[in-house]
Amino acid sequence: MTRPLDEVRRLVGSLAPRAPAGPPRMACGARAAVPLTAPPPSCSRTKAIPVSESSTTPAAPAIDEATIGAAVDAALAAIAAAATTAELKQARIEHVGDASVLSAANRAIKDLPKDQKAAAGKLVGQSKGRVQKELAARQQELAAAEEEAALAAETVDVTLPTDLRPRGASHPLTVLQDRINDFFVGIGWEIAEGPEIESEWLNFDALNADAEHPSRSTQDTLYVAPEGSGMLLRTQTSPVQIRAMLERGAPLYVACPGTVYRADEIDATHSPMFHQVEGLAIDKGLTMANLVGTLDAFAAHIFGGTPITRLRPNHFPFTEPSAEMDFRCFRCEAREGLDHDADPNCRVCGGTGWIEMGGCGMVHPNVLRAAGVDPEEYQGFAFGLGIERILMLRNSVADMRDMVEGDVRFSQHYGTEI
Amino acid sequence: MPRIPLTWLAEHTELPAGASAQQVATDLSRLGLEEEAIFGAQVSGPLVVGRVLELVKEPQKNGKTINWVRVDVGPEHNEDADNPKDPQPGDERPSRGIICGAHNFVEGDLVVVSLPGTVLPGDFAIAARRTYGHTSDGMICSGDELGLGEDPSGEDGIIVLGRGHAEGLAGEPGDDAIALLGLADEVVEVNVTPDRGYCFSMRGVAREYSHATGAAYTDPVTTVAIPQAGAGGTAVQLRDEEPLRGVEGCSRFVALEVRGVDPAAQTPRWMARCLTLAGMRPISLIVDVTNYVMLDLGQPLHAYDADKVVAPIVVRRARAGEKLTTLDDVTRTLDAEDLLITDSDGGEGARLLGIAGVMGGESTEVSSTTSNIVLEAATFDPISVARSARRHRLPSEASKRFERGVDPQLPLVAAYRAAQLIAEFGGGEIASSVTDAGSAPAPASPISLPLGDAERVVGIAYTPQQVRGSLERIGCRVDDGAEGTLAVTPPSWRPDLTIREDLVEEIARLVGYDTIPSLLPTAPGGRGLTRAQRARRDANRALAEAGLVEVTSYPFVSESIFDALRYAADDSRRDAVRLLNPLADDEPLMRTSLLQTLLPVARRNLGRGEESVAIFQLGTASLSRSEGARAPVPSAAQRPTDAELDGILAALPLQTRSLAAVIGGASGPGSWQGEVAPWGWADAFELARRAAAAVGARLEVRQVEKAPFHPGRAGELRIFTADGTSTVIGHAGELHPAVVKEFDLPARTSALELDLEALIAAAPAVVVAEPVPTYPVAKEDFAFVVDQDVPSSAVEAAIVVGIGDLAEDVHLFDVFTGAQIGEGKKSLAFAVRLRSTEGTLTAEQIGEARTRCIAAVDSAVGGVLRA
Repeated sequence: MTRPLDEVRRLVGSLAPRAPAGPPRMACGARAAVPLTAPPPSCSRTKAIPVSESSTTPAAPAIDEATIGAAVDAALAAIAAAATTAELKQARIEHVGDASVLSAANRAIKDLPKDQKAAAGKLVGQSKGRVQKELAARQQELAAAEEEAALAAETVDVTLPTDLRPRGASHPLTVLQDRINDFFVGIGWEIAEGPEIESEWLNFDALNADAEHPSRSTQDTLYVAPEGSGMLLRTQTSPVQIRAMLERGAPLYVACPGTVYRADEIDATHSPMFHQVEGLAIDKGLTMANLVGTLDAFAAHIFGGTPITRLRPNHFPFTEPSAEMDFRCFRCEAREGLDHDADPNCRVCGGTGWIEMGGCGMVHPNVLRAAGVDPEEYQGFAFGLGIERILMLRNSVADMRDMVEGDVRFSQHYGTEI
Repeated sequence: MPRIPLTWLAEHTELPAGASAQQVATDLSRLGLEEEAIFGAQVSGPLVVGRVLELVKEPQKNGKTINWVRVDVGPEHNEDADNPKDPQPGDERPSRGIICGAHNFVEGDLVVVSLPGTVLPGDFAIAARRTYGHTSDGMICSGDELGLGEDPSGEDGIIVLGRGHAEGLAGEPGDDAIALLGLADEVVEVNVTPDRGYCFSMRGVAREYSHATGAAYTDPVTTVAIPQAGAGGTAVQLRDEEPLRGVEGCSRFVALEVRGVDPAAQTPRWMARCLTLAGMRPISLIVDVTNYVMLDLGQPLHAYDADKVVAPIVVRRARAGEKLTTLDDVTRTLDAEDLLITDSDGGEGARLLGIAGVMGGESTEVSSTTSNIVLEAATFDPISVARSARRHRLPSEASKRFERGVDPQLPLVAAYRAAQLIAEFGGGEIASSVTDAGSAPAPASPISLPLGDAERVVGIAYTPQQVRGSLERIGCRVDDGAEGTLAVTPPSWRPDLTIREDLVEEIARLVGYDTIPSLLPTAPGGRGLTRAQRARRDANRALAEAGLVEVTSYPFVSESIFDALRYAADDSRRDAVRLLNPLADDEPLMRTSLLQTLLPVARRNLGRGEESVAIFQLGTASLSRSEGARAPVPSAAQRPTDAELDGILAALPLQTRSLAAVIGGASGPGSWQGEVAPWGWADAFELARRAAAAVGARLEVRQVEKAPFHPGRAGELRIFTADGTSTVIGHAGELHPAVVKEFDLPARTSALELDLEALIAAAPAVVVAEPVPTYPVAKEDFAFVVDQDVPSSAVEAAIVVGIGDLAEDVHLFDVFTGAQIGEGKKSLAFAVRLRSTEGTLTAEQIGEARTRCIAAVDSAVGGVLRA
């Protein structure tokens, strides 16, 4: 890669060891300068192949049908017999070159009586034309064949492996997260982000979690030392929602993807570190119907088809009303509709026909107040989805550990697409 | 979580005949009671009552004696004739022949027979089989075999109707014994969310079922008779001197005595069965009744041996250091926050009886000789109980209910219900006076609900009847309020209903969440991904295209990683954020550099059989601001002030999104195209530059010594910020051989790490065009001899500056060292392209440019043009 000059120019101020300036020394360049005023040395190609002139001029032949016809026949036979362009060149010299019968006849026309000139000219001209035409055709034919043979000789085995330095891969969670972000950007939302080491106030208090809420226990949440630091590893990306409301106010439509932590031991379905995307929409007049509409659109984008979603009542401190969202199984018969039974052995839905996707609801007025949004004027909805869970369901990942242990084989399989 | 036997549920609500557990679970789930598990009927097939007609004892060689029995199992199941080769004992008549090893029955007894085709608990299928010289055409069952447990009266052997498990049961041969013994009961276990404490009872779940299906519902509370009783039961004093968060630990305490209970009285079979199905073990009549009433109504009860209790009972906080041996035989040291039930043996409140709402103690436990009891039915503060249960790791049935809130109107009802059941089945007399200390809280003031609020929040045009009706069905009192509002008073069992949104949820779920339409909202239009978000994707893709694989790693590290990476004692990268409760005690820190967790991932991959490594990660690293930093936690009742918010943000550790990569070993598989180059230090810099280019930024590299890199093969990665200053944002190079060894990496493994956010921020917002002159180019080559330690970048810079604007491109194409050059010297060869934007360069102009170049290199770094 060539170093861009403007960068190098900037480096000048930071030059390394500066040697004492000595007297200018004569030196000659490694390559001589080319005088630019001179025309470039062009490789002149000859347009025509020089044909050697014969030193002796043969006697003029008789210009009659028989003689000329014989010459033509001989020429055509020689042309047809030429197997290479080199042989053809020889045939050209012999039959239409200066020493040939036809050329000699042509030269002789001028010496003929006036009344014979026209007929002889016509005869010789047409004959020579015929030969020339055959020559050209044969030349083209032979040249093409020769080129073909030359290329054939260069044949390689195109099935050889070409992976001198194989392409790498992005982690499928990254790619999926990008895809999710693109969905939200597509419906006019923005992507908001925040830090993973977060304040307790933003992660819990502002989200209406009572001081006694079990999720605050050290069995569930990883805290920063010392005790009472007021800081923790965020357990959800909801604090980003609070940050967004505090910074931007309403109306607000944001999706908040990111890494979150829980005090869980790692197993096939749990990891102390995982990824979430939460959505938050705050505006005038937003309802649960808008929440359903957003989830439906999301499900269609991520899982394809015509999705069926359902909400079930649930309880979260930060939403009221609250719901658990289920997506209709996209793998088994259940995907055809509510009147189709799930496959009892379906690996994706476990035979229930439904997949639990996460919590959602209408943002609790206490949360709006804590984030400086007037709940009398604005209302909205929020939801949270696990990205690992989506990947496990969508792409049939069987074990959570594959996603977090950093085994390159897991990522490599996907390349940069999921 | 509560287990709901369908037969018990049906006592309070109308369950359709043949309702399946699955259907009930689905109905309940629609209203928010999620299915945890379904326990199906444990026995299926022809389990019937049989009469023992004949019985012959046959001693066996092994010393056992077995019974060869002729059993009448009813006309539908009897065989008309005996097998002539194996006749049953006694006169031939329709029957079945069965072998039985138990001896607690005689001819004429009615027993329970599992005929071939029956499936017993544990998927134990019964078939006719040849044993002890006969064909046993079924099995006579014991309680254990039917999943009923040991015989309640201690009898060993099979079930005989009228005794033990079958106490009070009668039947005729051929009767279905599954129904008779209640073995067909299906049970649904539901998950109760913390706001719905009332659903920790049959009473509450039945109510929800009626909401879900419209089935009739009878509140069992209304069927309990409360006699007019005088005050003056066991004396009780409520003495919470240090309420938690200003809430009295015990707001109400009902004590009711029952005297003269028969200590030998048995728990009725149906009640024991209910308890078993609900997941509790029957123990004794008194204990079983308190549990039964708790499961039924939701009010935890405790029974004390009245003869052991020394009045008054005192409810108080523990004193630090007090100890209590709880019913589970564990001696627990109490905390000053624990609320205790004590009595006055040895002084008022001197003896500890139990931790309020969590678990009782041994001293006043009811025993097999207890005949006088005091029943406790109290209302305890959910927070106090929750903290004690958590502190002592005692999630008891009582604490689970108190934590979620118990209907404060229940204590008196539950106490009488229990007393009446005990008196009914164990005799005894209910005291004529009762203690009711404290009181139920006054009903909360009504919530004002505008009639249109449910529509406003949910988006469905609910009718006034739906709004009012839903609220009334859940037990609210609904009055007309001012100006199109309703004044809604929630029932005593719904302390969770405090604001209008809570009421809206009730309306929405009773009418059905499934009726909510789907309407994608139209956002005002966003600004798309931010520059940083886009740039991160580009950097990621650039490294993937360059052959690296993105991985993840946990951010948790141990202190020893800093030494493993050779950080100096005062290296700021040792200032890690420490966790209070790390998942692993030996990894209490958060990484301060991505390489700290990426190198172990490299090692893992090599350990799993990879022969080379080329991985990268985009992740966060953090640096502690100061040990013991604290983020304030202001009130969440309103928006904190800007100063408060600044205080929070200022306390958080420094966190940045970094990019790190580790490359080592062959950069590709062996190839017919020639030797495969190993990944090396130059690749580390090239990858950093690629990532920078991908985000539109440029890096400058300077030689540096920096852990964990090789001292002679590492460089700083620098950017120029908008104001023109040069800032270090990362490092790259070959890893120190000791680090390579520590992590079992291929020789010369190299790495890079940079602050991706800073890199992206350094990229220009707009890339300004450069002119593309069409005048001819002049190519000049130069080779300069310089000292070994002169960086090539300095020579290049001098060339650029020396030539000035005519230099279109300068590119180093060769480095040469050797005897011709001289010790300590090197020759750097550059190809230079000259072009003017104003015209064709003349020989003079080119010559002058050469002269300037040579002079500049000489002056800047003492370089000499090679002859």
